Amino acid sequence: MSDQFEPVIIGFTCNWCSYRAADMAGTARMKYAPNIRLIRLMCSGRLDPTFVMKAFAGGADGVMITGCHPGDCHYVEQNYKALRRFIILKKTLTQFGIEPGRLKLLWASAAEGAIFTDEVNKFVEQVRELGPLQWPTSGGGLEQMFAVPEHMLVKEVAA
Amino acid sequence: MSTNEKPKFAMYWACACGGCEIAVLNIHEKILDVDANFEVVFWPVAMDAKYKDVEAMEDSSILLTLFNGAIRNDENEYMARLLRQKSKILVAFGSCANEGAMPALANLYNINEIVDTAFSTLTTDNPQNIRPNTSYSVPEGELHIPTLYPAVRTLDQVVPVDYYMPGCPPESHQIAAVIDLVVQVLQGKAELPPAGSVIGAGGSTVCDDCPRKRNEKKIKKFERIQNIMIDPDLCILEQGVLCSGPATRSGCTALCPKAGSPCIGCYGPAEGAEDYGSRLMTAVASVIDSNDPAEIERIFEGIPDPVGQFYRFNLAGSLLRFSKSAWKG
Amino acid sequence: MTEKIGVYVCHCGTNIAGTVDVEGVAKWAAEYLKHRGVVIARDYKFMCSSLGQELIEKDIKELGLTRVVVAACSPHLHEKTFRNACKNAGLNPYLCELVSIREQVSWVHTDKAVATEKSKAIVSGGVERVIWDEPLEPLRVPINPATLVVGGGIAGIQAALEIADAGYHVYMVEREPSIGGHMAQFDKTFPTLDCSACILTPKMVDVGNHKNITLLTWAEVTNVDGYVGNFQATIHQKPRYVNTDLCTGCGICQEKCPKKVIDDVFEAGLGKRKAIYTPFPQAVPNFPVLDKANCTYFLRGTCKACEKFCPTGAIDFTQQDEYIQVDVGQIILATGYDLFDVRRMPQYGYGRLANVFTSLEFERLSNASGPTGGKMVLRDAVTTPTSVAIVHCVGSRDKNYNSYCSSICCMQSLKFAHLVHERTGAEVYNCYIDIRTPAKGYEEFYQRLLEEGTHFIRGKVAEVTNAARVPEEEGKLIVQVEDTLIGKQRRIPVDMVILSAGLEPRHDAKDVARLFGISCSADGWYIERHPKLDPVATMTEGVYIAGVVQGPKDIPASVAQGAAAAARALGKIQQKEVAMEPIRATINQDKCSGCRICNNLCPFNAILFHEDKMVSEVNPALCQGCGTCVAACPAGAISGTVFSNEQILAQLEGLLLLNLKQLELEPVPS
Repeated sequence: MSDQFEPVIIGFTCNWCSYRAADMAGTARMKYAPNIRLIRLMCSGRLDPTFVMKAFAGGADGVMITGCHPGDCHYVEQNYKALRRFIILKKTLTQFGIEPGRLKLLWASAAEGAIFTDEVNKFVEQVRELGPLQWPTSGGGLEQMFAVPEHMLVKEVAA
Repeated sequence: MSTNEKPKFAMYWACACGGCEIAVLNIHEKILDVDANFEVVFWPVAMDAKYKDVEAMEDSSILLTLFNGAIRNDENEYMARLLRQKSKILVAFGSCANEGAMPALANLYNINEIVDTAFSTLTTDNPQNIRPNTSYSVPEGELHIPTLYPAVRTLDQVVPVDYYMPGCPPESHQIAAVIDLVVQVLQGKAELPPAGSVIGAGGSTVCDDCPRKRNEKKIKKFERIQNIMIDPDLCILEQGVLCSGPATRSGCTALCPKAGSPCIGCYGPAEGAEDYGSRLMTAVASVIDSNDPAEIERIFEGIPDPVGQFYRFNLAGSLLRFSKSAWKG
Repeated sequence: MTEKIGVYVCHCGTNIAGTVDVEGVAKWAAEYLKHRGVVIARDYKFMCSSLGQELIEKDIKELGLTRVVVAACSPHLHEKTFRNACKNAGLNPYLCELVSIREQVSWVHTDKAVATEKSKAIVSGGVERVIWDEPLEPLRVPINPATLVVGGGIAGIQAALEIADAGYHVYMVEREPSIGGHMAQFDKTFPTLDCSACILTPKMVDVGNHKNITLLTWAEVTNVDGYVGNFQATIHQKPRYVNTDLCTGCGICQEKCPKKVIDDVFEAGLGKRKAIYTPFPQAVPNFPVLDKANCTYFLRGTCKACEKFCPTGAIDFTQQDEYIQVDVGQIILATGYDLFDVRRMPQYGYGRLANVFTSLEFERLSNASGPTGGKMVLRDAVTTPTSVAIVHCVGSRDKNYNSYCSSICCMQSLKFAHLVHERTGAEVYNCYIDIRTPAKGYEEFYQRLLEEGTHFIRGKVAEVTNAARVPEEEGKLIVQVEDTLIGKQRRIPVDMVILSAGLEPRHDAKDVARLFGISCSADGWYIERHPKLDPVATMTEGVYIAGVVQGPKDIPASVAQGAAAAARALGKIQQKEVAMEPIRATINQDKCSGCRICNNLCPFNAILFHEDKMVSEVNPALCQGCGTCVAACPAGAISGTVFSNEQILAQLEGLLLLNLKQLELEPVPS
């Protein structure tokens, strides 16, 4: 592999539609970028904004939320709740300085393995363009940010 | 600890406003219980002790330290570490120490931006546009003033904390209750709660204490409190004013909603919630009465400052902690 | 106490091992996740085989494993397999996780190094998640032994009879006045050329007479509540304006009714019926229906001939709509299809050119009890055609309309060709793209048609027109088609054109699906649980599909599916209770502040609010486990099993490999 930046994407899928779309992509041997790691939920309505926050704080460069098409939710209308949370998350994350291009919402039915594949590939490129996020809460970023000034170290503070 | 000596008590303010100290004093005559049961060894607002006095104390010799204020600069951090070393029980007291509170809103900006703003306001007399240095050489040696860190931190992001008392400030009746508990523990009549617990607060959220009537909530528009006539008997959130009560830990007796004002979330998240703002975001998403993306966006325009609204008291204690400007410059 | 975790990485032959270094992943897990509790990590060729499962069972018993992670195929395939293996060894099945490194890694990525690294992350996610798994028991609910069958076509009829014959009650709901569906409209069935009504009507009569079947025709289901084993369905019984207790089916009312209406349902628009009518003579039940929209009495307040002549006084103009509630345990949907609307292809001239017929119209034309008494004539009702063109694939296999193949039209077109030969001796031209004759006797039927001298033209018909270019074409319909086997354009003058129109889902299929809580594919056919291995079950427990509603198919396949759905239903009824996945939400009443934000989030009405205690509560019987309320509760008072916050956040940390940075074990989950 080249030295180019490989984003880490976390994808949330719903058991009935989008996870099955991913399965279908697999069964049909469609190829997509390996940057995405999937978490299965029963429904996109299970998506807690905490998950998205944790993903970014934990080192993900992008987050994809997927679910059934509006009107086709296995639990009738819970994907609309995911939609509302997505809109709020996007605005809030933008204010945090996390570009809106790092959060994506995709509706994919169980038969749409090809669409899933395409959209994953597109999203990986989109996040690649934006560059690594490297939020300091993951990796050694916090030590760097809050390095104690030298003159304070002389006083031998205890931890 | 000697049975003749009273156990030691300390209270310190880091990046704080002084309100926590006033809240402690507001326990009125109960302050005499503090005096009766403790020897106050370090409390900058109330007595003239120096840092070197604390440095001279034995490790873990202070039984109870109430630490309020956030960690903004290296002096705050130094005192946090020092007091941790010298205290048996360290309590993160008040919203600043718990979650960052108001000072933590600075985490949305780059520290240089903040310094620039402070040193170039209309009322600042700074004709040469000087910015402060943190160190200065004089013949006698180096002089230092505290260095500002790029972002505000909570107390437990710097040192391990034994107990958490939330609130801006913690309500005086809760402080009195905690003091009672500690006195009981000292007398062998009660046990301390498990380390890491939140004390001086309830087990539910503000709605638990709020007397207002509540129905299913369907919001088509968010209002500001001054723009509408609030029905005093009905849930504030239901009327379109974003009240953080549903996501905020109980314990304050819902003072603000009782007074006709929406809860602003100073008591922090409910038990087990890792990111306060997420709980408020999900609450808002649940009450927005629309499934159409354009309409949802429009309704959400009624919250023009999402981070300020959702993380008003809890930015430093959130999962992301700060915005990109704070660390990327 | 930390968990003792066993990790099993499957080769799946070369399916996974061909792309992922499975031994490497197992070794990695044993070393790098040791501090998280992994005590053993193995790789094996086929974990789902009995030998593979025995590996797990042996380790549970000998090493005292408390958690199991299998990295293999999709949980949708083998989660149950590995959970059962754990159960056999005495470990609660819900303490086992199956993470996919096949569908999600080896089948979709090509770079081996990257695929291996991703697999490690996925295993890490599984390990972190499994630590937070809790032992659970499936929920057992009793099954109501009654079944609801929606749709009275051949698939529904088969299903209903199988269940009723087994001794259990069936409610059959059919929106038309009679059962029989499309099969009742056909003349002959391929390839045996049995008379459709002759083989169908005995079954219809059985349904009508069966003591275990409550037949509700001229009725539709309007609401469904509940869950598998305990559905409550509301059925809207439309008023027939005929008292069925008094009606003897004598038919006098139909004779005497002066109002004729074009019958565009049963007669496909080819013939007429009266305002009070039974759709066909062998209708079951044999009670007429009064079409209010076309009845002189309802329109103008006069006539009432039917009432005057009815010998038993069965006509009742005051009849009202009725809403009937039935309690059933399971539901079978067999609502069939609609024909592709050939007017969407104006180039074929239907509606504009008189002698262009749709397939269903031709069935009625050919049928002895049809509007022409079985005489194969043109629209003038007199002339016998001397040449007929049959157009295959109208609205099917066509990107502009429906890309799928409608499965039955080739055989149907061959059948038409045969009937035309037989009755008229006309020249027959079948214009086709491919001839699809897969089932028993079908290819032989095609051979027969070849021997009968049918002209087969391989080409998609471009146009049907009456614009004659040469004198021979005057007064004829000209079929313009490229004969691809000879590489020439042809203009074939014929007297009659039959359009083999494709099959489409019913116009309201999507709404009906929503009513029953199931989904449609992009084409509108109802989605089965697994396209290969579970064609009659749906994702919704207790709701099955049978017949063309699941996708175009012929009568034997529809019958087989009807029987299969019945067998599934009977299997559950016999067990008396059904085991449901214990994925449920619970509200901690101590933490709940009664804010009621969750109250309007549940489409199953599973969340109640107790005014007296000022707390909300989830009814586990109605909860379907979507988790929306778990995510929504601002107080964090709602927790969900199998997909708890702890489990998901832990999996997230594992996927991001944050657990590697911890050198010490975390405090155990309490």
